[in-house]
Amino acid sequence: MRDASPAKAYALHIGVIALLFALNFVLPDYHQGLFARIMALAVFAMGYNLLFGYVGLLSLGHAMFFSAGLYGAGLTVYHLGWGVPEAFLAGVACGALLALVIGLLALRTSGVAFMIVTMMFAQVFYLLILYFAAWTGGDQGLVIQQASRVIAIGDASLDLTDPTVRYMSALALFAVVLLITLAVVRSRFGRVLVAIRENEERTKMLGYDTVANKLAAVVASGAICAASGAAYALLFGYVGSSFAGVQYSILPLLWVLLGGAATTLGPLIGTLFMYYVTDITSGFTSAYLLIVGVALILLVLFAPRGIMGSIRERWLGWLP
Amino acid sequence: MHFGPHLLLAALEGLVTSAVLALTALGLSLVFGVMRVVNVAHGEFFMLGAVLAWAVSTAISGHPAIGFVAALVIAPLLVGLVALVAERLVLRRLNYNPEGTIVATIGMLYIIQQLALTFYGPEARPVEPPFSYRILLPWFGYSGYKLSVVAVSAILLVITWLVLTRTKIGLIMRATQYDRETAQAFGIPVERVYAGVFAVGAMLAAIAAVLIVPISQAHYLMGQDPLLLSFIVVIIGGLGSLRGTVVAAVLIGLSDGIISMFFSPTLAKIIATLVVAMVLVFRPQGLFGTTSR
Repeated sequence: MRDASPAKAYALHIGVIALLFALNFVLPDYHQGLFARIMALAVFAMGYNLLFGYVGLLSLGHAMFFSAGLYGAGLTVYHLGWGVPEAFLAGVACGALLALVIGLLALRTSGVAFMIVTMMFAQVFYLLILYFAAWTGGDQGLVIQQASRVIAIGDASLDLTDPTVRYMSALALFAVVLLITLAVVRSRFGRVLVAIRENEERTKMLGYDTVANKLAAVVASGAICAASGAAYALLFGYVGSSFAGVQYSILPLLWVLLGGAATTLGPLIGTLFMYYVTDITSGFTSAYLLIVGVALILLVLFAPRGIMGSIRERWLGWLP
Repeated sequence: MHFGPHLLLAALEGLVTSAVLALTALGLSLVFGVMRVVNVAHGEFFMLGAVLAWAVSTAISGHPAIGFVAALVIAPLLVGLVALVAERLVLRRLNYNPEGTIVATIGMLYIIQQLALTFYGPEARPVEPPFSYRILLPWFGYSGYKLSVVAVSAILLVITWLVLTRTKIGLIMRATQYDRETAQAFGIPVERVYAGVFAVGAMLAAIAAVLIVPISQAHYLMGQDPLLLSFIVVIIGGLGSLRGTVVAAVLIGLSDGIISMFFSPTLAKIIATLVVAMVLVFRPQGLFGTTSR
């Protein structure tokens, strides 16, 4: 069904990236900043979607991968004085390594036990951040100074605190991850993941090593989420324990459910939508969590496929 | 104080924690055992119980015991009602699908927490204990109320156990837990059993909260620790096993009391959480449970 139109799918995604590029020159300052944040966090949602949407593994602990990237990048800059590119890679590596360890352990369980185990490992990670407050800054977090957020390329330098540079860096990361996800889900590997989601026993019987495939998906998902965290630390200059809390494990789930699980563009749509809903409503109510709660219940009751999922079902069957 | 009395104090404090924890975890365990629903909002039902206890006991003037007894009756009933409505409106429509209900109860968690913040406020407020008798031990005086909490919890646990094993209602619940479809085929109103179990589970948490609130104050974020600890207890005790739940609650409560008296509480939590996660990974049926169906 979806094979027929690789050109269409790639054209759509490149169109979305081009649109986001153009928006940089149109958006007012405030919304330009908000969009940069949304794109960085949409990467987090895409990483989550890879595991939840395609493999069907519901993790309640992805905040630990995000914050592994956040702290991996933030602490190396803050304490070791590393440059931005090295710090970013350090963040991604931390996330991938953590995901490998967690994957080896957590994949021994399935279903409800998987959710609880991931939640508990994330809780341990969160408590460790508080316990080592001397290095991590604990509750208060650490602010990364502007001077250490500059990339020097020969004579020129890129200042990540500059709004346009920040927007473009977030967009670059977002575009790369979006195209990678698109390629992955269209690949053989992606199809095996979907097969595992639909019927793990049968996939195993067909000769696929389901455990190895799931582990690969956990590591890929962890690395993408860590990339988002690392970018967030470097672009916005703050690392704090609140990013490791349970709430940041729930948010990507919400964004993905809203945008549409197992759709490539769903995570962006979900993050964008939720950010603007809270932004607009915060004008007249501070009950931000109430909106999150109501949204979760309404989604799971009435639109389990999310925005992009419903569009795919109704009108555009070829949507990846 | 010397080491011995110190340890005794820690053990007593741990016993109080265990008693309250056993009640809370029993509620979670019942809901999971019978309905196969992981209720993430369980801690919020606990919090709601405490907040309502404060509301009831401040509304009633006179001797603190009157307000407290009124709270002990009214707060759990109101919480049960909230749970019943939530079950009707949300969980039933999801057909108790495990993943859907987790997401939905996360939603409930946020809604209840936010409403408590909006209407009750961010302050921690105390409830006066019904009596303030101190039992004098050779080394220190100990609050009689705390010991009565242990006694009341023990009585409630025994009652729940009797209801589950010795009455028709218990039989129906166990039949539903064992095999939902066969139970339905035998004319058991499965949906009503589910609704009842969900309400009772929430009420147990609320009772535990009313009992603890004279000791620890009511606060809108107080549901988080009991939720995590209840999960730990239910997992260690084996999902859906009553005896295991009680044994695990005593184990966790005592070790929590003793460890956090001698070590940093954060470190104690880290170790406990890690141990439990490993138990789930390597022994998913729990330490006392049998393999679940």
